[in-house]
This record gives sequence, C-alpha cells and structure tokens, in this order.
Amino acid sequence: MLALFENPRLRGGIHAEEHKAETSGVPIALDMPLPKKLYIPVQQHVGKPAEPLVKVGEKVLKGQLLAYSQGTISAPVHAPSSGEIADVMDFPAPHPSALPIRTIIIETDGLDQWQPLKAPDDPFALPAEEICALVGAAGVVGLGGAVFPSAVKLDLGRKNKIHTLLINAGECEPYLTCDDRLMQERAGEIVTGIRLMLRGMNAPEATVGIEDNKPEAFIAMREACAEFANINVVQVPTRYPMGWDRQMLRYLTGREIPADGRATDIGVVIHNVATAHAVYRAVCLNQPLITRVVTVSGSAVAKPQNVEVLIGTLMSEVLDFCAADKSRVARLIMGGPMMGDALPISEVPVVKACNGILALSEQDIEIPEVKPCIRCSTCVTACPVGLLPLEMASRIRANQLDAAVDLGLKDCINCGSCSYVCPSNIPLVHYFKFASGELYKRQQMDHKSEQTKRLIDDRNQRMERIRLEQEAEARRVMEARAARAKEQELAKQKAQQAQQAQQSISEADNKAAVEEVR
Amino acid sequence: MYILSAIVILTALGLFLGLSLGIAAKYLRVESDPLIEKVEALMPGSQCGQCGFPGCRPAAEAVVSGSAPVTLCPPGGTSLVEQLAKLLGVDVDLSQAKDAEPMVARVSEDTCTGCTRCFKVCPTDAIVGAAKQIHAVVADACIGCEKCVNVCPTECLQMHPIEVTLRDWRWPKPMAAA
Amino acid sequence: MSIKPVSGPHVVAVRSVDSIMRKVIIALLPATAWGIFIFGWPALYLCAVTIFAALLFEAFCLKLKGVAAAPYLRDGSAILTGLLVAMTLPPWAPWWIGVVGAAIAIILGKQVYGGLGQNLFNPAMLARVALLISFPIEMTTWVNVKPILLGPGMMESLSITFSGLTDLDGVTGATTLGAVKTGFSLRQTLPGLLHDYSGILAFIGWERGSLGETSTLLILLGGLWLMREGIIQWRIPLSLLLSIALLSSLFHLIDSQHYLGPWVHLNSGAVMLVAFFIATDYVTSPNTPLGQVIFGAGCGALIFIIRSWGGYPEGTGFAILLMNAVTPLIDHYIRPRIYGRYRNGKPIDVS
Repeated sequence: MLALFENPRLRGGIHAEEHKAETSGVPIALDMPLPKKLYIPVQQHVGKPAEPLVKVGEKVLKGQLLAYSQGTISAPVHAPSSGEIADVMDFPAPHPSALPIRTIIIETDGLDQWQPLKAPDDPFALPAEEICALVGAAGVVGLGGAVFPSAVKLDLGRKNKIHTLLINAGECEPYLTCDDRLMQERAGEIVTGIRLMLRGMNAPEATVGIEDNKPEAFIAMREACAEFANINVVQVPTRYPMGWDRQMLRYLTGREIPADGRATDIGVVIHNVATAHAVYRAVCLNQPLITRVVTVSGSAVAKPQNVEVLIGTLMSEVLDFCAADKSRVARLIMGGPMMGDALPISEVPVVKACNGILALSEQDIEIPEVKPCIRCSTCVTACPVGLLPLEMASRIRANQLDAAVDLGLKDCINCGSCSYVCPSNIPLVHYFKFASGELYKRQQMDHKSEQTKRLIDDRNQRMERIRLEQEAEARRVMEARAARAKEQELAKQKAQQAQQAQQSISEADNKAAVEEVR
Repeated sequence: MYILSAIVILTALGLFLGLSLGIAAKYLRVESDPLIEKVEALMPGSQCGQCGFPGCRPAAEAVVSGSAPVTLCPPGGTSLVEQLAKLLGVDVDLSQAKDAEPMVARVSEDTCTGCTRCFKVCPTDAIVGAAKQIHAVVADACIGCEKCVNVCPTECLQMHPIEVTLRDWRWPKPMAAA
Repeated sequence: MSIKPVSGPHVVAVRSVDSIMRKVIIALLPATAWGIFIFGWPALYLCAVTIFAALLFEAFCLKLKGVAAAPYLRDGSAILTGLLVAMTLPPWAPWWIGVVGAAIAIILGKQVYGGLGQNLFNPAMLARVALLISFPIEMTTWVNVKPILLGPGMMESLSITFSGLTDLDGVTGATTLGAVKTGFSLRQTLPGLLHDYSGILAFIGWERGSLGETSTLLILLGGLWLMREGIIQWRIPLSLLLSIALLSSLFHLIDSQHYLGPWVHLNSGAVMLVAFFIATDYVTSPNTPLGQVIFGAGCGALIFIIRSWGGYPEGTGFAILLMNAVTPLIDHYIRPRIYGRYRNGKPIDVS
C-alpha cells in the first residue's frame, strides 16, 4: 500500500529546458587547431595524484607517459601532443576556487607525433587481466564526470563475478550532447569497447540505457549491437537525473544498490558510454586517454558544437574556437548547468572530467533573490533519493549538522533537483555541500584532537621517564658513594688490624730475642 | 468556614512538601560530579590556556558549574561547542559561530639562536631541534596554543594562518533570506 | 584573493511564491464572485475591507520587524489570507469583524511566529475560530439568498456593512447544519429536519452560508484546476473527503434518524473549501505523501466527530487547528524511504 506513495521505478527528478538542439545535430569538430601550450594537471581522477616522471626540458612524444599512477586508486596522465616539457608547476585548477594544482606544461612542437603504438592483433584474444591492465595504463577514467579509474572498476567487477554491465548513456543534464554525438558517429567503436569491457570482467551481458530524447543515438546503437545478442539497447524516460547510475539501475532492473554498498553488491557494474569508447582506443589502438569530446554551448557562444579537445587545452582557447563573446559571458560552467562548477576564470585547462563548457549569458542564468521557505515540500517530491531537503537546510542554517546527518545528508547526491524547483530560490544544494565540507572539517579536527592528546600523553610519559631515570641515576650515585665509603672503611680497618698484628709479632720477636741473650 | 479550612489545608500541604524537599536535598544529594570528567575528556587537553583558565580541568569545572560558556575553547572549535551543548543540555545558537582560523607557529630561521626554550614548553613536542641548532615546527602537530611564541627571547616564532590548498578547500555557508 | 564561489544548479524552474499565491487567488475567484452575486454588495464591501486590513497589518508587522515590506506585500500571501478570512465570514457581517479577523490572522496567526513559512496554525482558521468564540451572534447571523440586483443597492449596502445590520428579521436564517443541530437539541429527527433541503441547490450554491460555504461546485472546480496546475496535490483533499464520506455513510446506515448522509455533509459548511484550500496550505500541512494522507484523514474524521457530537454545528475550523497542532509530530515520525535503505534507515540487505 505504501507503494502508492512512491513510484519505485522512477522517483522524483525534474524536467528542465533541454537546450540540446543547438549542438546535437552538428558533427563533432575534429579540426581544433593545436594549441601552443598544453597544461596537464597530475590529478584528473579520484584517488592519489599521479607522480611526474618527466623533467623540464625533456622532449616527449604524443601519448608518452608523463606521470605514473600512485597506489591502487589512481591513474596515469599522458602527453596529448609531442613537444618539450616547459614546466612542472602549480597552475590554477578548473575549480570554483581556482586554487593551484600541480600541472605539467608542454610546449607543443606542431608535429603532433605519436610515440610508437603497439596495437594487438586480436584484442579479444587477450586475457581479462591484460585488458584491464591496458585500460589502466592508458589512464582511462570515468568520463561521465565522476572520473573514477576505470581499470579499478573493471578489476572489481571481475573479482565480484558480476552478471550485467550497465552502460550509462543517459546524459540527462541540459545543454550536454557529447555522448549523444559520440553514439551517433562512433557506435561501432563504442560497441567494441563494451565487448572488451565484458571480456575484461568475464561478464555475460550488457545493457545500454539511452534517454528517449536521443532517438538517433538509440537507432545507431541498436544497429551496432544487432549482431551481439548479449548487448541490449534500451530507452529510458527523459527525466533529470536519469543519468544518476542508481536511478537508471532502479528503473531498468527494479533493484536498488544498498546505501552503504556498491553496484557490485547486486552484481552490476556501471560505466559511461564515452568510457567504453576510450576503452576501445586504449586496447585496440593502444592509444592512451588524451582527448575527449566536449560540448561547448550557451547563448554567449556563436558557434555551439561538440569539439574533440586535447586534454590540457585552455578553456579560453576552446571558447575562441567556438566564437564565444567574452563580454556576454555571465557565468562559465564546466559540466552541465545542474551539477557543473562555475569557474571564475577561463584560463584553466580542459581535464578528463570536463564534458561541457557552458558560456551562459545573463538571461540564461537569471536567478531571482532568495525568499523564506514556505514549506511547500516540492523539494521532497523532486528529490530522487527520498530526502527532506527543506528540513535538512533548516537544520544546517542553525548549524545543527548532526540533526541534518540524521535526516540523511550523507545520502544526498547534490543533483540540484530540489534547488531547481524551490519557489523561494533557496540554494539548497549549496547548504548541503557546505554541510558536507563542514562535517569533514570537524572530522579532521576530531582526529587532530585525538592526535594532540596522544602527543601530549607521549610527552608526559617521556618527561616521567626522564624524571624516573634521573632519580634512579641519583640513587645509583648515592649507592656507589656509600659503597665506596664502606670499602674505604673496611680497608682502613684491615690496615689497622694488619698493623696491630705486625706489632704483636715484632713484640713477640723482641721478647724471644731477649730470652735468648740471657 | 470553608475558606478557613482551605487555607489551613493548603498551608499544611505546603509545609509538608517543603520539608520533604529539604530532607531529600540533604540525604539524597549527589556527591561528586562525574560530569566534569566527561567534559574534560572532550577537551583537547593541551592546557594551552586560551580559555583564560589554567588548564583543561579548571575550564571543565567552570563550564559544568555554569561560570563559563560552552564556547570557551578556541582549539575545540564548533564541534566541541556542539558536543558540550549536547552533554550539558545547554541551548547554544550556533548559527553565527565560526571556527577561528587555525594558526600554526613558524620559526623564522635567521633569528633563531637555538636556546631551546620553546622546545621545552611545547605540549605536543611539535618543535624539533637541539641546543645551539636552529629549531623547526612540525606543522601537523602544532595546535596553536602560542606558548612557544610567549617564551621566545628573539621573537623569531610567529603565528601564521594555515594556507588553504585545493585538497582542503570547502564550500562557504550560503546567505539566508532577509 | 578570495573568490566567492557560486554553487549549482545554475538554472531554476520558473516558479515563485508570487505565482503560486496568484494561482490560488484565481482559483478562489469564481466562488467569491458567486457569493457576491447571491448575497449582494455588502459581501463585496466586506471582502474589500478584510483584504485591505490584511495588507495593512502585514505592512505594519514587517515595519516592526525592520524588513522591506514591498516584496512581501507583492507576493500575494497577505491578500490570500485576507480573502480566505473573508470567505469564512457571514456575508453581511459588519466591517469591524473583517478587520479584527484580518488582524488575528496576520498578526497572531502568521507574523508572531516569524512571518512567511513559520506559522504553526492556519491563519484563516485561527481567525475564524477566534471570531466565532468571541462574537457568536455576528458570526452566526446567516443572511438569506437574494441575488445582487434584487437585494439592497450599493449605498444601502454601505450602511449595512459599515454601520451594522439594523433590522435583521426576515432576512436571516440558519444554515443547514445549524438547523439540524438545533433540531436535534429539540429532540427532532431526520429526515424531517431536512424537509426543505435540496441536494442540487446545495451543490450549486443556492443556500445560506459564508462565501466559501455556498458553492460546492465552484470551489471544487477551483480546487481541481489548482491540482492540474500542480499547486496542490491530490492526497489531502481526497483523504479528507473520503474519510468524511465513509464515516457519514457508515453512521447514516446505522442510524439514519440522527446522522446526516454523505451528500449533505460534503455539500454543507466549509468542507470543500477546507479540503482544497485550507488543509492543503503548505506551511501547516505535513511534507511527506504518507503524512499528508494521515493529515487529511484526521481532518475529515474530526470534522465528522465535531459535527455529529460536538457543541458547534460546524467543525471544520476546530478540526483544522487540531490537525495543524499534530503536523509537526507527523513530520517528525513519517519520513520518506531513502534510496538503498529500509524505512527504518538501515541499508538494505542484498544477500
């Protein structure tokens, strides 16, 4: 009966104006001119940053390894073009704060010369572990925006004996059409990538979920998969955030991933469709991940389109290529308008996570002023996770973070559906992001407190030990002195006794001598 | 008539209840306050003195007795305030509370004489160095209590705010409606 | 260099507090117009005075608070409150009833709690109940139906509203519920008490009552339109009306001489108005789907109970206030199920 109140298959979400028509009908531009300088940050993935192994002045070829991965959850970065290493320094990151990040800067030589590539004869003859190793060595990460190292996910899938690979081709964010065009133009390569992923995980079948606002992509993929019975292509309703992997999984299979678990717990692994394409390139062509398709759109852009951009290209150059009018840009966003980050400057590099560059003008982003909450609970209806955004935000406003966690703050995916529908324009997601950061800070402070207590304890123990040692030393010295004093006493006594004995003997001798003389 | 009996009865009742309360207060009193131990356990324990009390134990006693507010400990931050408020059942308005910017001490190497006075007073052993050698502060262990700054004869120890890097950048709090 | 970071989402839906209030007011206009049509000019003057007083008190309170009044006055929430208060008053009530009602609603019912979005009780119902208890005569003087062109003229109506009803004999009577309640107390029974009751007229609205109590049809249409516009959801109205219908059917079957049937209940008093416009008030109703159903069912049950066994003939005001008091409790215990967890918050098992 309770199911009457929550549709178990599709829950919450919003339908925003799509703005996809501007870029979905135009082929991917492959003719962006080679930039003079490329800025490659060493961390473009979740996990430990990569460690550079090139030196300033070194000449590198296209695809050459620039920094190797550190630890299990990490990914390497490669040179997107041939040239010379100009510098390894801190450069502004594509982040809302524009704080610096360690970046390798390459000055291109214009030759764009590949390093020698060893494409395998039959990729499908390779053992599963080797496919995953090739994917990892190529620096392939989740290209949907989460940038989790794909090789780690593939290994995890193999170890957990999953039964289905879900390919996420939702692309539910407005404006973005990079996955759409990729499917329309390179469906065959994508399908090869999917089959390689299946082999890399020893998984039997795959399902591709495409939102129904992409009919051409659906047809293209279905044709490409026609001969492979174990790959199904399915249409899902268009409703943000359908691209949230857990939402799509629930819609397609009716099953939910446990809140504290992963998709592998229910026998599924989810990868983005562009990642499948990158896997194809990594294994079949031995090409590392050095380019990605980026949607450049927004009303300040005169020529909106999808561009295949070299990683490390400055966003300002990409915007120039698409004839953006810098004076009209009111907000520059990396990603989509719902979950993307607003960047303060455009001279930051395109990284592996950058699936869209949106140059929005004033009329695109007009957001009226914030009013008090009228408790309409539209946010509750919109939340795909099933949280109570209005209650969490009011707790956070009063700094009662524990109460907010109790209401489910940690399950929030920051999709922005609640902020989107709020009639009072309350920045709900901003509250939740703030609260998560604040909780993390408090956790750090708690650790520091504990560490401080330990250090103070250690120090006190050390002082105590020193004091005890000093006391022991003092005692020893006294004992030694006492012992020596005693020895001296004894020696004196002995000497005295000896003397007395000597005296009595000599007396006896004298007596004897006197007796003899008589 | 009724009024008189009402007055008499109520007065007697009041006297009786008052007496009972007095007896209970004397014979059922709770001896020591385990609360102080609990409060002290929550505090950082560095005896830094920033709260104005000579150590964490006197500060805990003051907080429990109510003569000091729960916001007295700067190194504890807002997390400590929340914990203390919960433990003591005190209402505290945290909406304006802000964590003080964390500072760490830093030795300015050109003026350090290696006198070791700072090294001896640091409660967390965060300063490394031997006599007649330049000292250095291990920033991770420094808790910003400023004891070293107070004893340094050449004033080569200064407090600096910790720089924010991309790793520890966090979203600021949004502004509420008017 | 400290950059003020901007958080997503960077686009928002075209929804605002203003547009929501405006739509609710529009949904109420047909019923208001009908009420003015059947009760004449005094009803119009009363509405105008009440709404104007509501705006005045809102501006006054905002001034005391020290905030800019204009955006809050413009968003229509004060106008809506004023209109709702007016719709629960007898149409020929004197002007000061409207003003006191507006004062109670705005000042005690809304601003004292902290303003927009913070009140615990529905302001209009609070005003109605307070007026009913304080001024029982004025609040239970129900004038007969007389279409506007046949009733007193504009100038005469001014004196009716602004200087009190002078001679009321012959122009007033009891509402259906009032007549039935009085009859029960005189040991009379149904169906005799309903001898001149017409179900159809009650549905269309040709009966005595306040502006919001007469036309079931127009209120229903307004409410359905609001549902279509997405302003209100179906759960509260449905559960409220269903619970009244079920309870009244049950008791009418058991004892039809002392219990009114469902059609009478649903068409008399302010049930329709309350179901679609009062109980669905965002601020005072629960946030979750299940909570809303419980709230609606509770309101319906209480309305039936107070009408059948309580001292007052009409129970909607009290029922709403009682359920408003329970709403925080409902919100505390009833939460939606989070993805990947059971209802009790534990992560689901997939073994």
